[in-house]
Amino acid sequence: MNAIALAAIGIFIFILGYRFYSKFIAEKIFRLDPNYVTPAHRFKDGVDFVPTNKFVLWGHHFTSVAGAAPILGPAIAVYWGWLPAVLWVVLGTVFAAGVHDFGTLVLSVRNKGQSVGTLAHRLIGQRGKVLFLFIILILVLMVNAVFAWVIAKLFISYPASVIPVFIQIPLAIWIGHAVYKKNKKMLIPSVVALAVMYITAIVASQVSFLQIDLVQYMGGENGTGIFGLDPISTAFFIWIIVLMVYVYIASTLPVWKLLQPRDFINSHQLIVGLGILYLGLLFTNPEITAPMTNPDADISWFPLLFITIACGAISGFHGLVSSGTSSKQLDKETDARFVGYLGAIGEGILALISIIAVITLFPDRESFFATYSSFQASNGAGLGAFIEGATNLAQGLLIPAEVASTIVSIIVVSFAATTLDTSVRLMRYIISELGVEYKIPSLEKKHVATTLAVGASAALVLLPEGPNGFGSGGYLLWPLFGTANQLLAGISLLLISIWLKKLGRNYMITIIPMVFLMFMTLWAMFQQVFLQWAWYAEQPSMLLFIFGAIIFVFTLWIILTAIQALLKKTDPGFSEDE
Amino acid sequence: MLVFDKLKQLIAFYEAVLELPHRTEIARELRDEDDLFLLMLYSEMLGIPNPVYYYTLELYPYMIEEFHDWHLRMGMDKSPLSGIRCC
Repeated sequence: MNAIALAAIGIFIFILGYRFYSKFIAEKIFRLDPNYVTPAHRFKDGVDFVPTNKFVLWGHHFTSVAGAAPILGPAIAVYWGWLPAVLWVVLGTVFAAGVHDFGTLVLSVRNKGQSVGTLAHRLIGQRGKVLFLFIILILVLMVNAVFAWVIAKLFISYPASVIPVFIQIPLAIWIGHAVYKKNKKMLIPSVVALAVMYITAIVASQVSFLQIDLVQYMGGENGTGIFGLDPISTAFFIWIIVLMVYVYIASTLPVWKLLQPRDFINSHQLIVGLGILYLGLLFTNPEITAPMTNPDADISWFPLLFITIACGAISGFHGLVSSGTSSKQLDKETDARFVGYLGAIGEGILALISIIAVITLFPDRESFFATYSSFQASNGAGLGAFIEGATNLAQGLLIPAEVASTIVSIIVVSFAATTLDTSVRLMRYIISELGVEYKIPSLEKKHVATTLAVGASAALVLLPEGPNGFGSGGYLLWPLFGTANQLLAGISLLLISIWLKKLGRNYMITIIPMVFLMFMTLWAMFQQVFLQWAWYAEQPSMLLFIFGAIIFVFTLWIILTAIQALLKKTDPGFSEDE
Repeated sequence: MLVFDKLKQLIAFYEAVLELPHRTEIARELRDEDDLFLLMLYSEMLGIPNPVYYYTLELYPYMIEEFHDWHLRMGMDKSPLSGIRCC
């Protein structure tokens, strides 16, 4: 099958979803009112509550939710063939993610701009609050471990990307200073920064001494490492330490100094990346060489596919953005459809091109199966396959292969580094909040909380011994990351369902995806936790078993609460706003 | 000319997208500074002697509207000053 045709079909379904399904939800279910006074107007303070043009808000919402996750998940999931992955991304976006992102936005708007976290506390009560905090803590801990692993692996595989990525740090600080202290416009400095990064990437990809290849410095793969480790493990260890030092400093700085200017550059990179991939697709016009399905898979796609692709199909993280910031800036309630539903579609488009990049990479089915030989192998190979696939597409725009692979790896590393920074910052806040909850004042201190966050993340990525030796424990966590993310999405869908039921509306549009998601997550978790990771199973892993069991129990808790809330008319205390 | 105008519109839109989170953060920083300034003006509320209270008292009429938002942000549900009964 032709890849352009696949992309066109996917995008056509997205358009249908937006044109008809989201319109139906907006008019018949949510009954959006253009005259409703949104929190942006009601609590207007010029800081958090600011009425914003819907196009601008959509742009900000989309750049906030799109990152490395919708690239990594689909690149792994093509192991089961391209059809299941494409179907889940397209249908998941239209019927689950769009409804979820749109719904959390409307729910928050109708509840004074409160976040789903606050609303969930009302549902699960005070006892549940601490457990909820622990689950988010585990989620961000896994995010840190997975993304640190991704960056370290890419630095080893694409050493030309190291200098451009590190150059981004002083450039971002310069932008932050120019914009904050000198009150300059940010578009031109951030475009200049991007140009400097990419010029450095072009030079570094051609000049070998500008490539920070730690493995080569130690005499190649057969050379001598330190602490009795082989050179690749040593390089991995060094990069993880460097990353953790960076993230410690970055996450304790004010956001305007480094995190936000990095985001400006990353917004350009998102557009550049999507542009290169989709234009490259048009110019290369590739055929899909990967198999449609994989009947010989060592693990069934059902239900594991639904947690392997989280972001890109449905993601609980989007609900945090929808209800955390976007809902406070919505000018008219009717804009929610454009911002929320179309924001999810933007991420679906990114996941779709990620799948296409991988499934058009291989010359034939045999070479595909050589790389994607097992589910575990695809966990390790997915990201590399995406970068090579994206490089192939970029060559359609006459970009040399070395330059293209360096730029694509820079884009992925930049997204992952920003996620890492945000995630460590979030973890610090949660540790501080737990300190307040358990009356341990020392945990409330910034540097104590950050040290704990960074130390635990480093230990999680370095300590577990994965099947590929030292440091490969990071990617084992991917299914758990997907599970925790889906669980969060399930909670948000549940909250929207309860709210709709309370208003006497049809809540099938949210309860069906919620039941589907919870069922798949529970089933996948049961398979992995009790049949794969438990001490009596084939691949025992206490670390994954403990994390998995905690999340499993929490999922059961949520389902029981859901049944109670829906059947026994538990009043979650949601606003009566109409 | 039409294309040029459209391009200008597109750049203006993109710049607005970039500025949105930045504007929020700057406004937050400024508000934090204002809050601190307000606290210093009325430090007698914390038991810290304020040598210029005579002058800061004169500012009350100008800040009364903002005072309610301020004491809520500072974690005080009710007005801490009996002189200002905003809630």
